[in-house]
Amino acid sequence: MTTTTAQPRSDFDARAAAVKAVADRGRRQDNIFRGVALASALAVLLVLGGVIASLFIGAWPAIREFGPGFLVTETWNPVTDRFGAVAPIYGTLMTSAIAMAIAVPIGFGIAVFITEICPPWAKRPLGIAIELLAGIPSIIYGIWGLFVFAPFLQHHVQPFLIEAFEDVPVLEALFRGPPYGIGILTAGLILAIMVLPFITSITRDVFETVPAMLKESAYGLGATTWEVVWNVVLPYTRIGVVGGIMLGLGRALGETMAVTFVIGNAHRISASLLAPGTTISAAIANEFTEAVGDIYTASLILLGLILFVITFAVLAAAKLLLLRAQARAGGGR
Amino acid sequence: MTLYQRRKLANRVALGFAGVAAAIGLFWLASILWILVAKGVAGLDLQLFTEMTPPPGSDGGLLNAIFGSFVMTLVAIVVGAPVGILAGTYLAEYARYEKTARIGEIVRFVNDILLSAPSIIVGLFIYEVMVVRMGHFSAWAGAMALAVIAVPVVLRTTDDMLTLVPAGLREAAAALGAPRWKVVVTVSYRAAASGMMTGILLAIARVSGETAPLLFTALNNQFWSANMNAPMANLPVVIFQFALSPYENWQHLAWSGALVITATVLLLNIIARVLAARGRSNGD
Repeated sequence: MTTTTAQPRSDFDARAAAVKAVADRGRRQDNIFRGVALASALAVLLVLGGVIASLFIGAWPAIREFGPGFLVTETWNPVTDRFGAVAPIYGTLMTSAIAMAIAVPIGFGIAVFITEICPPWAKRPLGIAIELLAGIPSIIYGIWGLFVFAPFLQHHVQPFLIEAFEDVPVLEALFRGPPYGIGILTAGLILAIMVLPFITSITRDVFETVPAMLKESAYGLGATTWEVVWNVVLPYTRIGVVGGIMLGLGRALGETMAVTFVIGNAHRISASLLAPGTTISAAIANEFTEAVGDIYTASLILLGLILFVITFAVLAAAKLLLLRAQARAGGGR
Repeated sequence: MTLYQRRKLANRVALGFAGVAAAIGLFWLASILWILVAKGVAGLDLQLFTEMTPPPGSDGGLLNAIFGSFVMTLVAIVVGAPVGILAGTYLAEYARYEKTARIGEIVRFVNDILLSAPSIIVGLFIYEVMVVRMGHFSAWAGAMALAVIAVPVVLRTTDDMLTLVPAGLREAAAALGAPRWKVVVTVSYRAAASGMMTGILLAIARVSGETAPLLFTALNNQFWSANMNAPMANLPVVIFQFALSPYENWQHLAWSGALVITATVLLLNIIARVLAARGRSNGD
């Protein structure tokens, strides 16, 4: 009797031990897998920290030399080693402003067209076409801008602008001087084409979160398509649309290659939009490998740090707005 | 004009504007593609893929540049994709269910910012971390700069795709006694495979056209070089230099190179989209 009860018990113990061994092994492997995954996730944070730290260290000689004066000095003279960031910062902000002034209404228009007007069969191809525009590398926009777009502006658009605004007080200053083709205006226009897909696709996405019932109620009251878009869809998606615009702005501020081709790389501020200028990223791309001397290199890295701070702030704001829009869309359903 | 007529007019004007806007958007795409084909197709011959970049004024191809771009993209993906996949796995499979949810949110937030951060900044970062340390420009530095750009793309898609995997699948596997990692690898990964593949393809597409981060990491090389420890030619930087040069044969090569890159990138994008669509219909 004792043997028969003892037999299953030891059998049971052995089996339990085996099960436990398997479970332990699984747990060990689990911890390793989880640890590696966690390390990879933290690596992303490490990259962010590394970028800030390395830019700061690289820029330190310039920070020590120029202090906050760097931000308000217009001189950019590699010969005397005097550097200031005003011209590139102005160029960056100005080109982005032009880009947004054009891309926001057009992007909004395309989003309205896709969500409200377009026949259902054309929706997907149209959306894909717009997104393919986003996939084209920026250097392609650059070469296209330099060889096709800039000459076109030079011969057909800029002379017309100069003539048209000749007698208009304020605009006259904006469109003055010889039509070079390249310059602030051209760079802004190319940026507008580049950020258009980003703004369009996000605007379209948030437009599609509007509950059909809201729109149908408005249509039921006799509203026109435009009234529905303006009075129902837009107020409902306001936060998301602004987030999308900010995301586009973040792209425009940091865009390098397309701008470098067509901006003319001149470290000065001209009242005229037709004049050549420079942006932060174009200055770095053009001059970094040729920069001799610690201060010159450090000044360019400091420009990079300024650019990173600006874009980080804009992109973070965009992300927060989009998260809020998302939370709202989720709660609205 | 009655109120009704005015409203109808406003509607027609606004919708007309929307239609014009869509036409403008498509016009740019068509214009860029048309110019690329028109200017690039003439130089698209065997020579382009079999000969090195020439000195000004003589014939040549883009073999060393194409090879360099291929190698650096490959290394960037081999390094970047696993990091992105594992990090995305952590966010979707672990952080979501644990006390570390807060870390997950922070990583996701930072990653989305890195996704749109200016790529030239990444070039400066790698320049400081690798080029200055090693004392010279190298293909390794270029590949690492591209890897830093690839990670956020892969991470984002992996996170999104794993999140779409129904919890029931995981629970079923866990109920059979499978450890967590086995659930992730054999169930979640398989369910999300095509979506994750999409992410990697998008990362390749993104990385292979990047110019700014290579300008002062991999630099450029006039000659054939397979040495990862030395500057290496690559398609985007060659296009940049050749397009801005005054030499006509260089400019022609730049256009051909631009056509090759754009065709590659668009093809990758389209394959990625088809794959994603198929994955979605299989998942249902």
